[in-house]
Amino acid sequence: MAAQPRQGSGAATSRSGVLHRHPRLRLGLLLGPPMLWLGVLYLGSLAALFITSLWSVDPFGGNIERVWTLDNYRDLFTIDVYRTITIRTILIAVAVTVVDALLAFPIALYMAKVASPRLQRALVIAVLTPLWASYLVKAYAWRGMLATGGPLDDLGLSPGYGLAATVVTLSYLWLPYMILPMYAGLERLPSSLVEASADLGATTRTTMRRVVLPVLMPAAVAGSIFTFSLTLGDYIAVKIVGGANQMLGNVVYDSFLTGNNLPFAAAVATIPVVVMLAYLTAVRRTGALDSL
Amino acid sequence: MKQTTRLAATAAALALALSGCGTSSGDDSGDGGSSGSEAQGGFTAPDVPMAEELGDTEGSLSVLAWPGYAEDGSTDKSVDWVTPFEKETGCQVDVKYFGTSDEAVNLMKSGQYDVVSASGDASLRLVAGGDVAPVNTDLIDNYADVWSFLKDRDWNSVDGQMYGVPHGYGANLLMYNTDVVDPAPTSWSAVFDEASTYAGKVTAYDSPIYIADAALYLMKTQPDLGIEDPYALDEDQLAAAVDLLKKQRENVGEYWSDYLKEIQSFKTGDSVVGTTWQVIVNLAKDEKAPVEAILPDEGATGWSDTWMVSSETEHPNCAYAWLDHIISPEANAAVAEWFGEAPANEKACDLTSKGFCETYHAGDESYAEQIHYWTTPIEQCLDGRTDVSCTTYQDWTQAWTEIKG
Repeated sequence: MAAQPRQGSGAATSRSGVLHRHPRLRLGLLLGPPMLWLGVLYLGSLAALFITSLWSVDPFGGNIERVWTLDNYRDLFTIDVYRTITIRTILIAVAVTVVDALLAFPIALYMAKVASPRLQRALVIAVLTPLWASYLVKAYAWRGMLATGGPLDDLGLSPGYGLAATVVTLSYLWLPYMILPMYAGLERLPSSLVEASADLGATTRTTMRRVVLPVLMPAAVAGSIFTFSLTLGDYIAVKIVGGANQMLGNVVYDSFLTGNNLPFAAAVATIPVVVMLAYLTAVRRTGALDSL
Repeated sequence: MKQTTRLAATAAALALALSGCGTSSGDDSGDGGSSGSEAQGGFTAPDVPMAEELGDTEGSLSVLAWPGYAEDGSTDKSVDWVTPFEKETGCQVDVKYFGTSDEAVNLMKSGQYDVVSASGDASLRLVAGGDVAPVNTDLIDNYADVWSFLKDRDWNSVDGQMYGVPHGYGANLLMYNTDVVDPAPTSWSAVFDEASTYAGKVTAYDSPIYIADAALYLMKTQPDLGIEDPYALDEDQLAAAVDLLKKQRENVGEYWSDYLKEIQSFKTGDSVVGTTWQVIVNLAKDEKAPVEAILPDEGATGWSDTWMVSSETEHPNCAYAWLDHIISPEANAAVAEWFGEAPANEKACDLTSKGFCETYHAGDESYAEQIHYWTTPIEQCLDGRTDVSCTTYQDWTQAWTEIKG
C-alpha cells in the first residue's frame, strides 16, 4: 500500500526529470500555447485581414471572388471622401486623447499624492465603477443628456448631436483608461522628490515641469495609446450621438454589412492599423516607452 | 540560432494562416458556383433543393424579421401571433430583428436563421447567394388565398419558381412633427428642395436604398433626366440623385436605421420631418409624440415582403409551419394592423378593423403598382433599357458613403 504513492511520485519525478533534462521542451511547453495564440489567432487574423483586402466581391450575391487586385486601395486613395473621413477620425481621436489627458492629470495627481489612503481606495473604485456598466448604456445615457430638452440642453450646454457630442461621449467612455496609468505612474513618484524640489527653491511650476512631468510622460503615453486606438476604431458612439457624421469604423461597418463588401471593409480597416503603427513608432522615438 | 527558430516559427504560423485561407476559398467557390439555371435579371440562381414533403415539427425555429413582424406579446399584450403558433406547432420561436435589408442579407449568410422576412431589395440577393431555398407552395395551405398579383413577381420568384410566400406590402411615408412643421407637407420636397426650412432637424433612412427616394422625387420633378424606375439609374441619373442627397445632407440632423432611435428623436424634437414606416408612426403616437404621417403626392418607395426559408435550415418543418401560419388570415391581419401595411391574404381583410384594408388599399392592384417596391439595382437596367448599363447596389453603397461624407 505504501509503495503506491512512492511509485506515483516516482513517475512524476521522472516526468519532471524529462522536463529538467530538456530545457528546450520546457520552454516550448511554457511558451507554446501563448505563442500559438499570438501567432495564429492574433497575427494570423491581421494577415487574413490584409489578404482579404486584396480580393474583390461579386456585385450582386456578395460572394468573395478570390482574384488578386489592388482596386480597393485605389478607391481608398482616389476617392476624396475616404481621406476626409480618415482625417476626421484622427482629429476626433486626438481631441479625445487631449481632453482625457487634461481631465485625468489633476484627478490622478490628487489620487496619488494628496488623498488619504482611505480616500485613495474610494477614488480608485469610483474611477473603475463606470467600467462595469455596458458601453451602450453609457452611450445612450449621453444621447439622453445631449438631446433637445435634455439635462445639458436645459443648462444651455448641449452642443447637440454632432462631432462635439462624439468627442464628449468618447472622452467620458475612455477616461478611466487614462486616469489609471497616470495614477500608477504618479504613485511611483516619491513624495520626497517633490519636497526636495520645493526645499531647493523651485516654484510649483518648475517642480511640475522638472520632477512630475518626466514621471508622468510615459504614463500619459500609455494612456494615450488606449484612448487614441479605442477612438480610432469606434463606430457606435458616433452613430448614437454623432448626428449624421461617420468615422472610419462606420465605413468598415457599412462596407461589410450594407454593401456586403468584405474586401473593401478589410482595406478600410487597414487604415487604423497603419495609423496606429505610425503612432507607436512616433511614441517609441520619443523614448517614452523605454521607462514603462 | 535563436533568430532562426523564431523565423521558422513565424513562417510556420504564416503558412498555417495562408493554408486556412486556401481551404475556405475552395469551399466558397463551390457553393457560390454556377450549377444553376440562367434567370431573369441576369443572374444565376444556385441549385438549392426544395422541400418535397413535410414531417413532424422539430421543436424550435429561429426567425429573422423586420421589427414588428414577429410579436409575442412582449411589446403590447394584445399583439401576439407567436404564442399561438408555438402552442399549435410546438416550435419554440426565437426572434431576431434587423433594421435594414443589408443587415438581413448579412445575417442570413451566417446560416443561423431558419426563416426571414425579406424585402425586394434583399430577396434576390439571398436567392443569388444561395442563402435561401425555393419554397414548395403546395405544402402551404394558406398560399391559395394570397392575392394573385403578389405571386410570381420579380422580387419573390425566379423562372416561375417561388422562393417564399408574400407577406404584405406598404409605402414609406413622410412623418412630421405637427407642432413644428406648418403648413403640413404634401410633397417629398419637404425633405429635399425645402429641407433648409428645418435645417438640422431633417432625418432620412440610413441605407443606400434611400437613393431611390431621391430618384423618385427627381423622376417627378425633373422629367428631362429620363428616370423611369427609381431602381434603374444610369451613371448620370445616379449623379443627379447623389447631388440632391448631398444638398439634403446639409440639413440632416441624423440618419436612422434603428426604429427606436427615430421614435426618440421625434419625441425630443431633434428630428421634425423625414421618411418613416407606419409602425413607427403608431409607436411614436403611443409615446405621445406630436407626429403625423402622409403619403406624398409623388408617390413613394415601399416594400413588398416575402417570407423565405434558409437553404441551411435544420428545422424545415417548423419553417414551413411558420410560413403557413404567418399568412393565415388571423396572423396576417394582426401583423398588417400592427405594422401598418396591406396584408397579402385576401381573407385577412375580413378580420382587420373596419376600413383598414381600404386605408391601405389592400387588394387594389392598380394602387399596389404605384408603389415603387424596394428592388436591388443591378447592371441590367430594370426599366428595360439596353443602350446603357445601370449602376449596381455596390455603386449605390459607395455613393451613400460619399453622400454622408
